[in-house]
Amino acid sequence: MSKESLNLTLKVWRQKGSKDKGKFETYKLKEVSTHASFLEMMDVLNEQLITDNKEPVAFDHDCREGICGMCSMYINGRAHGPQRGTTTCQLHMRHFEDGETITIEPWRAKPFPVLKDLVVDRSAFDEIQRAGGYVSINTGNAPDGNAVPIAKKDADEAFNAAACIGCGACVAACKNASAMLFVSAKVSQFALLPQGQPERKERVGKMVAKMDELGFGNCTNTGACEAECPKGISISNIARMNREYLGAMLGPGN
Amino acid sequence: MALTGLFLILFLVIHLIGNLQLLAGDGGEAFNRYSYFMANNGLIQLVSKLNFTFIVLHVIYSIWLARTNAAARPIPYGGKAKSVQATWNSRNMGILGTLILLFLIVHLKSFWFEFKFGTGLPMIEAGTYDGLNFAILDAYTVVATAYSTLPYMLIYVVGMLVLSFHLYHGFQSAFQTLGLGFSSYKKLIEVIGVVYAIIVPLLFAIIPVAMYLQQA
Amino acid sequence: MKLDSKIPAGPITDKWTKFKSTVRLVSPANKRKLDIIVVGTGLAGASAAASLAELGYKVKAFCFQDSPRRAHSIAAQGGINAAKNYQNDGDSTYRLFYDTVKGGDYRAREANVYRLAEVSASIIDQCVAQGVPFARDYGGLLDNRSFGGTQVSRTFYARGQTGQQLLLGAYSALNRQIEKGQVEMLSRHEMVEVVMIDGKARGIIARNLITGELERHSAHAVVIASGGYGNVFYLSTNAMGSNVTAAWKAHKQGAYFGNPCFTQIHPTCLPQSGEYQSKLTLMSESLRNDGRVWVPKHKADAEAIQQGKKVASDLPEEARDYFLERKYPAFGNLVPRDVASRASKDVCDEGRGVAPTGLAVFLDFRDSINRLGQDVISARYGNLFEMYEKITGDNPYKTPMKIYPAVHYTMGGLWVDYNLMTTVPGLYAIGEANFSEHGANRLGASALMQGLADGYFVLPYTIGDYLADEIATGKIDTNQEAFVAAEKAVADRYKQFMSIGGKQSPESFHRRLGKIMWEYCGMARSEEGLTKAIGLIQDLRKEFWSDLRLSGSIDEFNPELDKAMRVADFIELGELMVRDALNRNESCGGHFRLESQTEEGEAKRDDENYAYVSAWEYKGENAEPVLHKENLEFEVVKLTQRSYK
Repeated sequence: MSKESLNLTLKVWRQKGSKDKGKFETYKLKEVSTHASFLEMMDVLNEQLITDNKEPVAFDHDCREGICGMCSMYINGRAHGPQRGTTTCQLHMRHFEDGETITIEPWRAKPFPVLKDLVVDRSAFDEIQRAGGYVSINTGNAPDGNAVPIAKKDADEAFNAAACIGCGACVAACKNASAMLFVSAKVSQFALLPQGQPERKERVGKMVAKMDELGFGNCTNTGACEAECPKGISISNIARMNREYLGAMLGPGN
Repeated sequence: MALTGLFLILFLVIHLIGNLQLLAGDGGEAFNRYSYFMANNGLIQLVSKLNFTFIVLHVIYSIWLARTNAAARPIPYGGKAKSVQATWNSRNMGILGTLILLFLIVHLKSFWFEFKFGTGLPMIEAGTYDGLNFAILDAYTVVATAYSTLPYMLIYVVGMLVLSFHLYHGFQSAFQTLGLGFSSYKKLIEVIGVVYAIIVPLLFAIIPVAMYLQQA
Repeated sequence: MKLDSKIPAGPITDKWTKFKSTVRLVSPANKRKLDIIVVGTGLAGASAAASLAELGYKVKAFCFQDSPRRAHSIAAQGGINAAKNYQNDGDSTYRLFYDTVKGGDYRAREANVYRLAEVSASIIDQCVAQGVPFARDYGGLLDNRSFGGTQVSRTFYARGQTGQQLLLGAYSALNRQIEKGQVEMLSRHEMVEVVMIDGKARGIIARNLITGELERHSAHAVVIASGGYGNVFYLSTNAMGSNVTAAWKAHKQGAYFGNPCFTQIHPTCLPQSGEYQSKLTLMSESLRNDGRVWVPKHKADAEAIQQGKKVASDLPEEARDYFLERKYPAFGNLVPRDVASRASKDVCDEGRGVAPTGLAVFLDFRDSINRLGQDVISARYGNLFEMYEKITGDNPYKTPMKIYPAVHYTMGGLWVDYNLMTTVPGLYAIGEANFSEHGANRLGASALMQGLADGYFVLPYTIGDYLADEIATGKIDTNQEAFVAAEKAVADRYKQFMSIGGKQSPESFHRRLGKIMWEYCGMARSEEGLTKAIGLIQDLRKEFWSDLRLSGSIDEFNPELDKAMRVADFIELGELMVRDALNRNESCGGHFRLESQTEEGEAKRDDENYAYVSAWEYKGENAEPVLHKENLEFEVVKLTQRSYK
């Protein structure tokens, strides 16, 4: 670590509300510790803005340990910033250089309208999950947990898909604003597990239909989503979902 | 996109096999026989119509795709994108495709249109080749003449370079879209895709270069 | 008011079964006419909302996050306990019950804990059926691990993301009910008041965090599932948004607050690196299995390390003090959380801490790497080491980790009876929000268990007992005087915040409150310190109400204003915590009173005088709260003093 603190120029998207046009504002921030996280740097900026009697920058954040998926931000042209496999809250300032200009924007996608500054509405993701991202089982109906063995390989692969934190970086990074990685992760989790079998075909059909209805773009397999996913969700899931979808649309029983 | 693309990928191979006859070194006999066969076989004619249909569908679908995808992000990012997330060609399939379409127009105009509707084309008299009982078109000469000019040859080389980039993404992308791009096949498809995207356009490009050099 | 815990009669093993078969029921036709509000959508809230909706109640669920899936249950790493005895190692409902009561240092209610252990097995079945991808062995069956020093392997896990996977399971069940129209989900809404009519909870006032609008919502029962209040310390492992507001408003409307001073401090967290620090990150406790905890023997060496003049590897073996191994030879580095935390604090207080702040101890893997090889260590902790490096920039394979205790969980919460109802009729509290079954200290992997037990298997039964009387009530009109008045009171409070026009941000007050709490009501507490803290908090409160600065307006998305409300409530809660800690002149679980220790400096519990739950009654803005005691009777478990020597 050569330097302990940085002087930065921040170009931040400011937008009063969803109906506003919004524009970039530039702020200077001095002596930011390299040990601070990116969001802590934003906290410092906000303290400074409050002191200067200006309105602080609104941004989404919660757990600050890389799991809740609430933080977003498009930093220097990349979802969650420059470090791979990292959410904004776990990105630290040591990855930036003294004197650097950092551009910070909200996620951009039609189904993710900006609510204020860097905060976007990601309820479209909830809507997709509601369309079929579940196993229909009422509380109390479950058989013993070990009644159905599941091959470790399948369980592990289902877990890899289930690790999605629903942050929306895939949509933000995709040049088409496609939500395929997100949707395919959930579809895959259930397609790989015996519990997901009874509703398998219906589920993929409903979730894909909802995704299209909400106005997400189409997948052209560029792989940006996988590269930017903080949890390393694989685009193999997209292939699996495509197959599930084709199978559901063409296969028997529909 | 995937289905039409895969058909076109298949077509390219057949087209290439035929074109390689140009390099047979027999003064064009193999190629002329081949082009006669192509022009007069009913099945091939059907395939050819299918091929045009697929090209049109591929283009129409790509326009629809580009429009809906653009609509999915009405406000673009303002900051400079670092563009490390995905390969350049995968993000610019539309541009590559448009270039290929332009190339295709030139290509079809020079050969397909000429062969079909051209007048005063050179002919091969009956009896020139073994068992040839009637005159056929000297397609070889038409092609050779075209490739004797440097700009024309370069158009082909550049066209194939663009095609290579297009295929480099398109090949494995088609498999991914059809749900075949996962688990054990994934690596294999990627390798075949890369080999295909390099070899096929390369062989296509060698033909005009070789013919240009022969005549230079 | 006399506290009635409503524990069913009979032997402990039969209480719950008997309760279930005799509790009053509500018929399906009547359930449709009953509205329930659930505040919070973590494990407890989401599972309760889904299960109640499945039964046929009309549910409204609220969360302040943008999606119910983001509640902080998601961050739980380790696992979830259940008495399945899949490993054939002698586990049973009784053992889980016994371990929980003992682990809680005998300050929990036996009947509740036994019920928790009883339903624990069903939780696993339910989650598996939802498609939760638990870890499995090669035979395809569920895998278990031993956690937090228990002698049986009863912890189910999904890599290091158990909380996430369980929450996504509950979220999916909730989604299904939302899709069916049984649950109305209101995200980005914060509950800011409980509406009382004729002594019953009849609804809430919620702030729409996007528009700033205040909304009235009525219901026949209100369930608080808003989590713990660890953020009163400012720095904790809780999420930034975790707050006490919903629980605190309930308290101010008459719900007693149980054991507010019981806080769990986790020993293996990343130390604070600077003033800007916003939260502390937990590193899994499992690291203590192979890491050795030490500080320099001599203060001079520690100072050299603090100033960056020396590094860990400069110190020879004889200059190191492996203080946990020295003080607790039997358990060594694996002593329980509270013991390890206090020991770390002690050495740092002696000036032997190691980070630039002097507030950290080493967790060293050198010997394990030498003994087992880097590959083995990497297979066990690879992702944790990676996370550590990501945050600190140090490579733990080469230099020891630096760790320090941090606030992690609050055992205290709203006092509830066996039915999980607070002292306000119709107002329930579940999950971490209630004072619950963990007594004075929670065992590892038991928080997830409790949250889901409450939501899936307890509340859906117990709530019927109250709602059976509500079937004739009919729709509750939100235009009633009580709703209007409650909304106005809240609106006035927001106006008051905005009108102060001082100089300091809500965040800066929060940070100062945290410092007071950590200093005087943290790992070691004394009468002197606590008494001082009350004064400091009261001063801070006055300053807050006279020097707060906010920008923007009320009727818009205004995170600073939301924060102001939360901080105001934290300040009030902080004072209550200090009062509770002052009252409890014994050391038990996470609560350590300097006045109550053995000659060797270990915690000394006082069962004679303090075997009770403190339940505090709110008496008004400037009045002192009143303490009510629920005496704990131990019919099954014999009380013993913990020893880890």
